[in-house]
Amino acid sequence: MRDILQQLEERRDTARLGGGQKRIDAQHSKGKLTARERIELLLDEESFEEFDMFVSHRCTDFGMEENKPSGDGVITGWGTVNGRMVYVFSQDFTVFGGSLSETHAQKICKIMDMAVQNGAPVIGLNDSGGARIQEGVASLAGYAEVFKRNILASGVVPQISVIMGPCAGGAVYSPAMTDFIFMVRDTSYMFVTGPDVVKTVTNEVVTAEELGGASTHTKKSSVADGAFENDVEALTEVRRLIDFLPQNNREKAPVRPFFDDVQRVEDSLDTLIPENPNAPYDMKELIHKVADEGDFYEIQEDFAKNILTGFIRLEGSTIGVVANQPMVLAGCLDIDSSRKAARFVRFCDAFEIPILTLVDVPGFLPGTSQEYGGVIKHGAKLLFAYGEATVPKVTVITRKAYGGAYDVMSSKHLRGDFNYAWPTAEVAVMGAKGATEILYRSELGDAEKIAGRTKDYEDRFANPFVAAERGFIDEVIMPHSTRRRVCKAFASLRGKFLKNPWKKHDNIPL
Amino acid sequence: MFKKILIANRGEIACRVIKTARKMGIATVALYSDADRNALHVKMADEAVHIGPAPANQSYIVIENVMKAIRETGAEAVHPGYGFLSENPKFAEALAAEGVAFIGPPKGAIEAMGDKITSKKIAQEANVSTVPGYMGLIEDADEAVKISRQIGYPVMIKASAGGGGKGMRIAWSDEEAREGFQSSKNEAASSFGDDRIFIEKFVTQPRHIEIQVLADGHGNAVYLHERECSIQRRNQKVIEEAPSPFLDEATRKAMGEQSVALAQAVGYTSAGTVEFIVDGDRNFYFLEMNTRLQVEHPVTELITGIDLVEQMIRVAAGEALSFKQSDLKINGWAIESRLYAEDPYRNFLPSIGRLSRYRPPEEVAEAARVVRNDTGVYEGGEISMYYDPMIAKLCTWAPDRGLAIEEMRVALDRFELEGIGHNLPFLSAVMDHPKFISGDMTTAFIAEEYPDGFDGVALDLPSMKRVAAACAAMYRVGEIRRSRISGRMDNHERLVGEDWVVSVGDQEFVTSISADKSGSTVAVDGEAFRVESDWVPGQSLAILQVNGAPIVLKVEKRTSGFRVRTRGADLRVYVRTPRQAELSKHMIEKVAPDTSKMLLCPMPGLIVSMNVAEGDEVQEGQALCVVEAMKMENILRAERKATVSKVHAAAGDSLAVDEIIIEFE
Repeated sequence: MRDILQQLEERRDTARLGGGQKRIDAQHSKGKLTARERIELLLDEESFEEFDMFVSHRCTDFGMEENKPSGDGVITGWGTVNGRMVYVFSQDFTVFGGSLSETHAQKICKIMDMAVQNGAPVIGLNDSGGARIQEGVASLAGYAEVFKRNILASGVVPQISVIMGPCAGGAVYSPAMTDFIFMVRDTSYMFVTGPDVVKTVTNEVVTAEELGGASTHTKKSSVADGAFENDVEALTEVRRLIDFLPQNNREKAPVRPFFDDVQRVEDSLDTLIPENPNAPYDMKELIHKVADEGDFYEIQEDFAKNILTGFIRLEGSTIGVVANQPMVLAGCLDIDSSRKAARFVRFCDAFEIPILTLVDVPGFLPGTSQEYGGVIKHGAKLLFAYGEATVPKVTVITRKAYGGAYDVMSSKHLRGDFNYAWPTAEVAVMGAKGATEILYRSELGDAEKIAGRTKDYEDRFANPFVAAERGFIDEVIMPHSTRRRVCKAFASLRGKFLKNPWKKHDNIPL
Repeated sequence: MFKKILIANRGEIACRVIKTARKMGIATVALYSDADRNALHVKMADEAVHIGPAPANQSYIVIENVMKAIRETGAEAVHPGYGFLSENPKFAEALAAEGVAFIGPPKGAIEAMGDKITSKKIAQEANVSTVPGYMGLIEDADEAVKISRQIGYPVMIKASAGGGGKGMRIAWSDEEAREGFQSSKNEAASSFGDDRIFIEKFVTQPRHIEIQVLADGHGNAVYLHERECSIQRRNQKVIEEAPSPFLDEATRKAMGEQSVALAQAVGYTSAGTVEFIVDGDRNFYFLEMNTRLQVEHPVTELITGIDLVEQMIRVAAGEALSFKQSDLKINGWAIESRLYAEDPYRNFLPSIGRLSRYRPPEEVAEAARVVRNDTGVYEGGEISMYYDPMIAKLCTWAPDRGLAIEEMRVALDRFELEGIGHNLPFLSAVMDHPKFISGDMTTAFIAEEYPDGFDGVALDLPSMKRVAAACAAMYRVGEIRRSRISGRMDNHERLVGEDWVVSVGDQEFVTSISADKSGSTVAVDGEAFRVESDWVPGQSLAILQVNGAPIVLKVEKRTSGFRVRTRGADLRVYVRTPRQAELSKHMIEKVAPDTSKMLLCPMPGLIVSMNVAEGDEVQEGQALCVVEAMKMENILRAERKATVSKVHAAAGDSLAVDEIIIEFE
């Protein structure tokens, strides 16, 4: 009996060594942790329960039958993050470069199926050279099995991908379909075709880092939602994100004890809007001053900075925030910002996370590059996302809400539950100057007359009261009381129940 | 007594005057420019009158505008504060012409003391000690040597037309006087086209010590002792105190009596200040007299108990002083720190912008300690480019100097100021500087002790351990809260451990926490620290007792720890489990990437203004140009100190995103 127990321990020890000490050392020397170490940091201490430790591949070609390491290059199982269950897979670069075989894929699929069945998030730690070439189509089939599960799990349980090494070729499409992708700076990259193929086909010379590093994907392509300095920071921050997210689409987001005052008054917000209507201000200050404890988890911080997206808590409960940022491009909507915000709004709606929208938008960005790029359809994504969202929606207009962009930004007309405005709000078709230039074209030569007309337009429309008279604005609120008013609004919406008409699915302008 | 006074000033001094006027039951009128519409002094005053555009030379110092405001409001007297019109005899004249009282000295005194040469002459006639020197023209080197000997070495040989150190030599011997005379003369001729030279005593180990005087219109004049203002940066006072740690009773009395004599010689009334330079042997020499209320007057108020603004108002109203010289004793010690909107890490570059956070320490007036903060700003207010960059004057008082310094350290740590660059860390650093603590300083203190500028404070090991203990305890509170989130698996909750590895800057400490009801005991590398605090996550100010001593930390949550600011140090603190710490050792320290030496246009837009030219040296944070995009003006700033090698765009150019605007060397 004792021998058998001993044997198990020995088998475990072998499995835990993955590809062996030499490869572990190599991984460390690159500043990367091993698959098991990463799981340790992601989960609460001692909470990991492993599956399929002894699974090995079934390939017999190219001498593969000689080398059948336990676990087959991926570690799977479940554990807890601050006591809440999550499923995790972590690819082991020390075993066949983390390449994906049929059995490797089966291990991932097993925990994904369990996650959907038991209603808990899936976190994938990606560090893989790609398909297991020796296995051929079996490996591709494995990818497809994973893809299919990503698709079916989408909107059912949160899926988070952390790219902690290479992720190339078909492999990228699994993270691509998850809710959030995070990357580690300098040690991770993602691309469909690598620099060598790029050079052969297009003659472009580009490094892996330039083609698909963290900087590229957080700033240019928007494939990734955030980048972190190293493995430890990335895993620590993913834990922080998990604290904001619900377990699945049947449960509400978690509530955390909070130490902030719901009634907190911020007098400084009364002077947030500069005297000069063309002067920018930092919308993040408003977010920090409204949020519990000033805590804001920003998503896609480095992309389309003219709109801010991320999570805060109000009274301990998760709230998704979308806010125009006047510091960048005056906070206008354009292709990138619309896409960024639309995806975020849809995530919140899918997982029953209420949305706070802070509006200071002068309109859509004009120009050929925008029109040729299809700003019509991309802008429509955000409009669509807001319109279809049935979660509690509270909106605060701080300054400009002009034109079609006013409608888009969670307006009353798109089923906004609470639409507040600061006294500094201007809800109008456009700015006064533009409006008078159109309305009084014949008087354009007379600067004095035009100035008078502009003044008239400002007095009439550059305020929140025209909209408030019609009930499009529910209440004009003092800036200093924003936190209290917004907290109360969301509190009153805790029982909100709203259903869209039955459909197979909608047809959002993708 | 007056029923209504107008304050012809802004900012903290306007607020300061309003406070006293209110205490005396006098109504107040404030003035404001376009930039000050929402300023604190406007909110505090009973009435406020708009005085013009933002620049002071179009508003606050336009005498006619001020006179108009006086007529409109019917103010009977005007307090000018400091700066602006406070030492302008024309203003005093204009007021006199309309029968409005000037809360300050008579016009004649302002004029007499306003001229450097006249004032020195008057001082000499009044037997006030002045810097020995020869004001006449010196013919040749032999004469220079003769005069130098008469004055006594060391001497300073200066060009009459000089400035900025040009044509200036210090001589310690006949030889040096001869050489210095010749080279000064040559340099003066080539630099200023004027080779006139004069010689005066060179004061070694100079300190700036000034005497506060107060005189009424009935022939009474007293001195309210001295203020030491040696901590200066480029002639801008930074830290002042009263009394001076350097003066003895005899010197104090001599300086005070000479100051009173000078005041009487010019028929002075109201509050004034006689500035002296004092050498290492306590020889003192008259510099000039400031015929107004000084910025640093609060330290005098704190040690004498006299409200100087109240006395100025009473004197202006014709009252006689109600106390005599013998009533004026020095009680305890007061220190003033001037908070400037200047970034000490960027060579004290002025910083403007919005005060996103402004929470001064609580003002207290107790038997054993006083904390006073004179300010003209508030959270959410703006520090504008138009006026003085002073944010506040933080003063502490205690029975002795050591305690007053300790009060100041804590008060500075408690001062929350965000949104702009400011000199708080620098002030903290001075409070812990051994030379300042010992009182051994000269006007060269900052230049000598911080020759390469200021780059923060490095804490000593015991302080770091205290910070580590505090951070471990605070971090654990946060982790316990996290473990109490809803939706946990019953019976499988996360247990927050007791062992943490804390790194403070480069130092790593192994800690173990044992918490109880009233706090926790943290072992830091085996040494026990008792930490007590009611800090909870989210609070930006942590006020803790570590081993019974107060420590105040400004904390911001960061991944696996905090950013902590205390005592002038700015620290990244990591708090990790032993396993996290072990695995973190594999992480590779990254060197900051060499950001390219170009300023790229961050967005498509129009260059509104280009503020630099080729060859300019720019400081970190300096505004380089303004780009307008979507009708918004965005100021692009230098990321570091650099020299402009090429400017690619000019005002009016339209640029695409990432187009090169400026290249640096």
